[in-house]
Amino acid sequence: MAVIGILDVDLCGPSIPRMLSIGRPDVHQCDSGWVPVYTDAAKTLALMSIGFLLEDPDEAVVWRGPKKTAMIGQFVSDVAWGELDVLLVDTPPGTSDEHLAVLENLKKHSRVDGAILVTTPQAVSTGDVRREITFCKKTGIRILGIVENMSGFVCPHCSECSNIFSKGGGEELAKLTGSIFLGAVPLDPLLSTSIEEGKDFIQSFPDSATFSAISSISQTLLESLQTA
Amino acid sequence: RKNCPGTTSEQAGKSSSCAGCPNQKICASGATKAPDPAIAEIGEKLSTVKHKILVLSGKGGVGKSTFSAHLAHTLASDSTKEVALLDVDICGPSIPRIMGLEGEQVHQSGSGWSPVYVDDNLAVMSIGFLLSSPDDAVIWRGPKKNGMIKQFLRDVDWGDLDYLIVDTPPGTSDEHLSIVQYLSSTHVDGAVIITTPQEVSLQDVRKEIRFCQKVKLPIIGVVENMSGFVCPSCKNTSQIFPPTSGGAERMCADLDLPLLGKVPLDPRIARSCDEGKSFINEVPDSPAAKVYQSIVQSIQDYCSNRVTEEQSTS
Repeated sequence: MAVIGILDVDLCGPSIPRMLSIGRPDVHQCDSGWVPVYTDAAKTLALMSIGFLLEDPDEAVVWRGPKKTAMIGQFVSDVAWGELDVLLVDTPPGTSDEHLAVLENLKKHSRVDGAILVTTPQAVSTGDVRREITFCKKTGIRILGIVENMSGFVCPHCSECSNIFSKGGGEELAKLTGSIFLGAVPLDPLLSTSIEEGKDFIQSFPDSATFSAISSISQTLLESLQTA
Repeated sequence: RKNCPGTTSEQAGKSSSCAGCPNQKICASGATKAPDPAIAEIGEKLSTVKHKILVLSGKGGVGKSTFSAHLAHTLASDSTKEVALLDVDICGPSIPRIMGLEGEQVHQSGSGWSPVYVDDNLAVMSIGFLLSSPDDAVIWRGPKKNGMIKQFLRDVDWGDLDYLIVDTPPGTSDEHLSIVQYLSSTHVDGAVIITTPQEVSLQDVRKEIRFCQKVKLPIIGVVENMSGFVCPSCKNTSQIFPPTSGGAERMCADLDLPLLGKVPLDPRIARSCDEGKSFINEVPDSPAAKVYQSIVQSIQDYCSNRVTEEQSTS
């Protein structure tokens, strides 16, 4: 069974704890640093997020760049992840302090295999992701591929597909920039509800189109990581 | 640095945690506590701006820029009003595209930078206009972003304005602190906070609300975007982003804040933004456009009521 770690460096808006139904456990220290929070008894999914360090969940983290950089440095260096197959780092939007901090600190400890870029289909979104691609090129990060999220909505009542946020922009962006298109994930109220309630969508809805989209993306990624 | 007391605190440079910090001497000298002269300059420069509205959100992707753009368009539809939209999302400047101004450049003159005009009475400024290619990335840390925001406020020749709308990136960080700091010697009418219905968004929006309270920024109200989707084929409604914890409605009731409106999802909104057109102009009779109109009216009323209050107390 693969052991995965998730590092949530969105300091102002840490969403991962809720999505994995982790609540607000205490973070403990051991000899080798902070112990990450495990989502399961088998300890196959570990998480670190600033969400765990806030006394009050509504408390705003109103920090300027240097303080954010320092925190992220600690998250990378001082968390006792143990043996991991994959460390996933979730970032906030942008190309600023958090992104530079996490890269600089990760590179000190090990190589960074690459970045997955997530966009929604419309031009307003891909317009920003083009800049993120430039960020990756400038910082020497391999682009593992582009995911087009919120790609179409199939009405559960009549099966009509509506392209609420347009369609195809992610795939076009991949072509334009010579990147791999990993796949498109549709808008799915079942996925949104699962995320809200911290339920494992994959366990709850294995027959859905969304599951097969995410599954295929993960497969492609794992193969790509192995051949690197 | 751990336990840094803060460069502007009384303990700056003097606390025990300061020992060994390269900035210790500077902090101890008091230089970091002196107010930035730009604040007064900006106060002066923006004295001809009647109303200032910030558009904020805790969460990314909830439709802040879409809202800011349409607020600007709607306010400017009254040709007697002068409106400007300032985009301080330095890393992800979407406003040029949404306003149909991609590829435009900013000009300098004796009186400063000229904003780019959409119409005679609607001006826009964004870092997007300073970038030469759509692939250019602005890979800047906080201090450099702050400097740009200072320039936007101090060096742009806005002229006399009825409304200055400021679109921000998601979060509660440099851009937000700087905007509030640099506008501190002007009067800011307040902030409009954008969210989507689900708890994952509201969780971050509550933090944004705390931020506003911390910096004493009045909150005009909350807009809930992506609030339901009516299938164009069968007309049934789906809650794509379900309000599992009661949506903005419950949050506003809990926090005693006005809910300005709930805007439904409409594929024509994304399309209009991609094409640089005003959705409200393109499809004025759509349910979403009607909600937008009503929200803008509430914002206008809030702004004029503030003026009336001030006049009656002075």
